[in-house]
Amino acid sequence: MAIVELKGISKSFGQVRAVDGVDVEIKDGEFLVLLGPSGSGKTTLMRLCAGLERPTGGSIVIDGSVVNDVPPRERGIAMVFQSYALYPHKTVFRNIAFPLTVEGMDKAEIRKKVEWAAGLLGIGHLLDRMPSQVSGGEKQRVAIARALVRRPKVLLMDEPLSNLDAKVRHSARDELKKFQREIGVTTIYVTHDQAEAMGLGDRIAVMHEGKVRQIGTPDDIYHYPADTFVAGFVGTPPMNFIEKDGLLTGFRPELFHPAELISDQDPVRFRFRIERVENLGAYSLAYGTIGSVKVIANLSPRLRIREGEERDFGVSRQDVRYFDKQTGAGIRR
Amino acid sequence: MNVRRLLDRESVLAPLLLLPVVLYVVLFIGFPFVMSFVYSISNVTVGNPDFRVTGLGNFREILADKVFQKSLLNTFIFTFVSVGLVLVFAHALAEILIRDFRGKWLVRFLIMLPWTAPIALGSIGFLWFLDSLFSPLDWLLRAVGLLGKPGALFGPMSNLYWFGRPDLAMAAVIGVHVWRLLPLATVILIAGLNSIPKEITEAAQMDGAGYFRRLFQINLPLLFPVIGVSILFATFFTFTDMTVVWVLTKGGPPPHSTQVLASLAFLKGIQGGDLAQGAAVALFFFPVLAGIAAIVLRLVKKAVVI
Ligand SMILES: Nc1ncnc2c1ncn2[C@@H]1O[C@H](COP(=O)(O)OP(=O)(O)O)[C@@H](O)[C@H]1O
Ligand SMILES: [Mg+2]
Repeated sequence: MAIVELKGISKSFGQVRAVDGVDVEIKDGEFLVLLGPSGSGKTTLMRLCAGLERPTGGSIVIDGSVVNDVPPRERGIAMVFQSYALYPHKTVFRNIAFPLTVEGMDKAEIRKKVEWAAGLLGIGHLLDRMPSQVSGGEKQRVAIARALVRRPKVLLMDEPLSNLDAKVRHSARDELKKFQREIGVTTIYVTHDQAEAMGLGDRIAVMHEGKVRQIGTPDDIYHYPADTFVAGFVGTPPMNFIEKDGLLTGFRPELFHPAELISDQDPVRFRFRIERVENLGAYSLAYGTIGSVKVIANLSPRLRIREGEERDFGVSRQDVRYFDKQTGAGIRR
Repeated sequence: MNVRRLLDRESVLAPLLLLPVVLYVVLFIGFPFVMSFVYSISNVTVGNPDFRVTGLGNFREILADKVFQKSLLNTFIFTFVSVGLVLVFAHALAEILIRDFRGKWLVRFLIMLPWTAPIALGSIGFLWFLDSLFSPLDWLLRAVGLLGKPGALFGPMSNLYWFGRPDLAMAAVIGVHVWRLLPLATVILIAGLNSIPKEITEAAQMDGAGYFRRLFQINLPLLFPVIGVSILFATFFTFTDMTVVWVLTKGGPPPHSTQVLASLAFLKGIQGGDLAQGAAVALFFFPVLAGIAAIVLRLVKKAVVI
């Protein structure tokens, strides 16, 4: 459908550099997730793509042409807002039909397209209701249907699931991924929820303070974080960091085990003092210290571990990551 | 201590707090209203305390009166043109004032200024501004060559004589009334526009809607609960107001070119002493206005509130 290239995109609000020199290329039909903490510039970057903000530097290229000066409606981009932004005085049908009405399409054609979009999202039975008469999950579908009905080249979504309760969110995530594959629209998706990002993204761009810290597949991001920020932001509980031999050593809590259980002949060993164990059913979390540094281990609940004991723990060498102590940048070994 | 406990009881406090309003409404609105109703179906005049109910005679009489008919038409023109202009101008100003620009505070201040002056005083200012000999507006028009020369746009005379020509007098009255209502209307519309979530406007932009489509299909429907009541208010206010007319033209130039129902009622009832006919003129549109109010309030209630 479309290739989107962001070339050195920047946006400042007065002194605040909301987006600070971002270079990303989004492939045709790709599902790219912008992941980052609140205030990292995700929304601003998305609004720049949409044309709702003008960049203070760099350029946005869609399918080979620079669209910096093209107004939103001519970019062939649709957006799902965090609040859904449904028109409260229009029925669901008229909400979804609005982009087509604007184009001056004839009534029969509009009805056909609205029914297609509504069918895709399973909201065909809601068309005559007002937005105030549908649930949060349904509002979100209406918003997506309204975005898709024009067959946009690029679909932007700003935290579309964050207003849903946890249960609905899970199934909504699943469906989102399914219909995106089905219609193959190039998608940029903003979230601050790393589980959502891991589950949905073909690739993830991790943002922090207006910069993209790393861009890669969920696997890459999780297992080969580019720096301590990414390593700490992705994964719950976050990666453990220990200073060792002048470097920062990082390892995931679920790869941190009692030394005798590690198959590796020569694991990296630590003396782990366990202070508290939380049994969460599927796994248990052991909170404790190595020296004076707090670390967490994610263990099988069947493992017999007592609070207060000190044991030999370790990480397989291939699972240890190294970072520069000053800059936090990852070091490949 | 006892008083304090008493005041904590809602059944005591609520009537106590409502009392001033109720008194005000009964004494200054209810009583005169009932009196004028009674007058309108009687034969009272200022000099004659003899009181006899004459039924709808007064209404029949004023209906047949050419001056009343003229005033009625004038009232409609005055009201609907003023309110329409106020709406358009206030909306334009509100659109400008919700944006950020340099010197915004000064523009805001200037626009709110008419609000702070009593309208009688403001109107007197305009009396001079539009004076038949010394009008600075005429002077300005002369200076730019639009007036006072053969072939000039506004004619070859040296002055426009604002209050001497029926159409210009009406235009002047409407203009001053618009000037007077504009600040409040602008403030209300700013509040209304600010209450529309930014994301809804942006969604409409993304959906490809241009300015006028957004205005008529998104903003105005969403603003309706706010502006519906305001339009109603402005309409009734204008319909029943005589200040501007009285100060500027006293209903003139003859024959009653800018006479409106309110000024006619005053002319007949107070200046002419015929209380009964004055009351009939004043009450003439009460049923219609009450009906319109009921309809608009019902529509507003039905409209979605964001
Ligand atoms: N319209 C604006 N005016 C001023 N500052 C803004 C504006 N929009 C965003 N910012 C600032 O830019 C930064 C990034 O914001 P945003 O893109 O909303 O982050 P995110 O969506 O990742 O939470 C924040 O520091 C925010 O305060
Ligand atoms: Mg955001």
